[in-house]
Amino acid sequence: MSELTHLQRLEAESIHIMREVVAECENPVMLYSIGKDSAAMLHVAKKAFYPSPPPFPLLHVDTTWKFRDMYKLREKAAKEAGMELIVYQNPEAKEKGINPFDHGPLHTEMWKTEGLKQALDKYGFDAAFGGARRDEEKSRAKERVFSFRSASHRWDPKNQRPELWNLYNARKKKGESIRVFPMSNWTELDIWQYIYLENIEIVPLYFAAKRPTVERDGLIIMVDDDRFPLKEGEKPVERSIRFRTLGCYPLTGAIESTASTLPEIIQEMLLTTTSERQGRAIDKDQAASMEKKKQEGYF
Amino acid sequence: MDTRPSAGQGYRPEPLIAEDIDAYLEKHQHKSMLRFITCGSVDDGKSTLIGRLLYDSKMIFEDQLASLEAESKQVGTQGQNIDFALLVDGLSAEREQGITIDVAYRFFATEKRKFIVADTPGHEQYTRNMVTGASTADLAVLLIDARKGVLTQTRRHSYLVNLLGIRNVVLAINKMDLIDYDKAKFDAIVEDYGKFAAGIGLKDFLAIPVSGLRGDNITGPSENTPWYEGPSLLSHLESVEIDTERRKTQPFRMPVQWVNRPNLDFRGFSGLIASGTVKPGDRIRVLPSGQTSTIERIVTMDGDLDEAVAGQSVTLTFSDEIDCSRGDVIAAADAPPEVADQFEATIVWMAEDEMLPGRSYAMKIGTNNIRASVTAEKYQVNVNTLEHVAGKTLGLNGIAVCNIATDKPIPFTPYEESPDLGGFILIDRITNATVGAGMIHFALRRSKNIHWQAVDISREAHAAQKNQRPRVLWFTGLSGSGKSTIANLVEKKLYALGKHTFLMDGDNIRHGLNKDLGFTDADRVENIRRVGEVAKLMADAGLIVLTAFISPFRSERRMVRNMLPEGEFIEIHVDTPLEVAEARDVKGLYKKARSGELKNFTGIDSPYEEPENPEIRVNTVEMTAEEAADYIVEKVLAS
Repeated sequence: MSELTHLQRLEAESIHIMREVVAECENPVMLYSIGKDSAAMLHVAKKAFYPSPPPFPLLHVDTTWKFRDMYKLREKAAKEAGMELIVYQNPEAKEKGINPFDHGPLHTEMWKTEGLKQALDKYGFDAAFGGARRDEEKSRAKERVFSFRSASHRWDPKNQRPELWNLYNARKKKGESIRVFPMSNWTELDIWQYIYLENIEIVPLYFAAKRPTVERDGLIIMVDDDRFPLKEGEKPVERSIRFRTLGCYPLTGAIESTASTLPEIIQEMLLTTTSERQGRAIDKDQAASMEKKKQEGYF
Repeated sequence: MDTRPSAGQGYRPEPLIAEDIDAYLEKHQHKSMLRFITCGSVDDGKSTLIGRLLYDSKMIFEDQLASLEAESKQVGTQGQNIDFALLVDGLSAEREQGITIDVAYRFFATEKRKFIVADTPGHEQYTRNMVTGASTADLAVLLIDARKGVLTQTRRHSYLVNLLGIRNVVLAINKMDLIDYDKAKFDAIVEDYGKFAAGIGLKDFLAIPVSGLRGDNITGPSENTPWYEGPSLLSHLESVEIDTERRKTQPFRMPVQWVNRPNLDFRGFSGLIASGTVKPGDRIRVLPSGQTSTIERIVTMDGDLDEAVAGQSVTLTFSDEIDCSRGDVIAAADAPPEVADQFEATIVWMAEDEMLPGRSYAMKIGTNNIRASVTAEKYQVNVNTLEHVAGKTLGLNGIAVCNIATDKPIPFTPYEESPDLGGFILIDRITNATVGAGMIHFALRRSKNIHWQAVDISREAHAAQKNQRPRVLWFTGLSGSGKSTIANLVEKKLYALGKHTFLMDGDNIRHGLNKDLGFTDADRVENIRRVGEVAKLMADAGLIVLTAFISPFRSERRMVRNMLPEGEFIEIHVDTPLEVAEARDVKGLYKKARSGELKNFTGIDSPYEEPENPEIRVNTVEMTAEEAADYIVEKVLAS
């Protein structure tokens, strides 16, 4: 047998991490954001526990502002994996009608950061898988695979547990929890290659197609439903676009593209000379913003 | 001086990507993976070197480059030029202080390999971070400042790299531009290092003259060092042999992570193969039980496999129904690993609270979660001089060779053979922090030699003859709280009721069995351990044992609790406020402690950790000793 490839080694490592969590934690859950990273993580989970279905539910912390295509795939993916799907929407954000047009950063904070904390508390999950990768952002590069959270969901970057070999310390007190990042060592390209090789279904918005769009602050925004407030006289323009990342549709910028297959997407990605997360408005903050968000409990 | 990059200008895609993406993908999915660590002290230019590797292998995007340029001018240390260190110093506190505190992982890839770099800090106070980064590395890049040569930290880092078993070592002699690329100086450093390396048993290393700042010998040969004929750093990283082949040729071993049981017809054992190769039909042995069976299937979602090798995560099924669960090791039947419960190991301490011999820690090795304690510290290693020094405890970043004992026999291999079954972590059982890491050298004796002596008269028989349930009534509280007085009364009352009892008192034990122990934290732990063991033997003999010791630490009380069957340990907190106990001062000890005549006195300059959930609590301010004793007797007999 020839030497294991880097993707085989990464997959084996991620599977090992997921099984450790299931063996040592009482009530794990998998955070599922419907994006490509979630898709790859869910696929690894299916492999880790086959022939059993993954022995934990999927949790989608919903903002009600995701693309319609994302909601469609969400239901389908959970069903095919044989897993329970929990959808959580922060009732306070719902009641106040928090939305990305009028509330800016509060939208992310209320729906996502607060929503996530509420959901974890409500169901008493003591471990939550997330699809974050260390290559995404500087503060992620230092975060452990098993990342400990206090009972109030805070991350203390200066007081992380040393993590040696493949020995993960899952011990915690009641009320405390662990965020687990099984895909820590994957890169953007690894994820795409894996999706391609394993034939994993992803949201069609990643592939180029003609879609109605408007331009806002230099970003191409897709008009996904009639909640989008058009300016006076503004008319959506048909463009051939696709998305490199998927968040809430009014916050996610599209790129003009004709890449309609996975190899074409990978090709286009490798030929671009800007970093991945440019499309997501939330990250256009100062350098340490993610570290601050994470300390407060953002995933 | 021109410090513009020599090779990279930000990210540049390979031509093949545009020409034939399918061919590109085919080529890149067969890449292998190398994990390496960079070690060097703050000024050696480590972050700059990594930043340079990322930059020259064209991993930096235009926008990142733009923000890097802006940041460099704002906070960089390179004037108007790019400060590559800013690319890798992650946490904001670190950027402000200009140092690397934690382990950061970086990723880059070339046509041949994907690389994961662990960037770790160099200071002695961050030894634990470096050990963490080294634990998963295939290779180490040791940086030396060409102007300074081999320094104390070079020796320390080399020792740690060797300790963690990294076989591929690169000596990157950096800042060659600042010594005018002088060959003689380079050679002198290499010779100096060679002598030292041989002394610590580091067999082989490759020395490369580099400049992280200017890019010499990073991705290709440098015009400035025509006298150097070896590979550039990157071409060495791309071609060095990875240690995975060796693992494949070792006997088959797989720690069981999880039993996969979707229905009554399927029972599979999931794990990551630590070493060797497995095929259906292979005879296997499950450790520690020693039962044997045959591999029936290697199950994966992509279909059954004909063979699986070290590094793969699989699920195995057996042809026989034998016991096998998490923590067991499935091994080649004719080459099973040893099973033992006492070891010699090197321990690296990673916590502010020092390691105390005798204290019980949670231990994780492979997929086994057990308990372990250090039975003897043989010597500590001074990581700067590599001298052996005597010690009793072990502080943060300390390294010591110790004997350890586990609470049950476990399958293992020496760390040198396999980190997967020879490396372990120690966890504080109260704070749950990872406090230490260890590497097993060998078993002190095989567990088959220490089977417990089977006795015909069981502990149940002893207890039944006395018509009572054995108990350990563990009185804990401050000095002068009234433990001995109340325990005495309780024993009298139980005796009067026809119970078979025995009272062990702190002072009496300290005059005899434990007269070799003082009052340091380490001695207090050992004191309680011995008392616990004696109490356990007496409980085995069917007695109701009463002990009256301050026993200030939760973890030791919990250790004794765990020695005994469920329900037999009864913790009694004699709860007296410090002011009251001090006012009583029956033995005049508080006075001596306050005057400094008596050191490490509980409540004064040594902590007392109150029980969180004692079975019984008596408040000696609200109750007389007689009332407290009656209350305790009543509770004990009812339990």
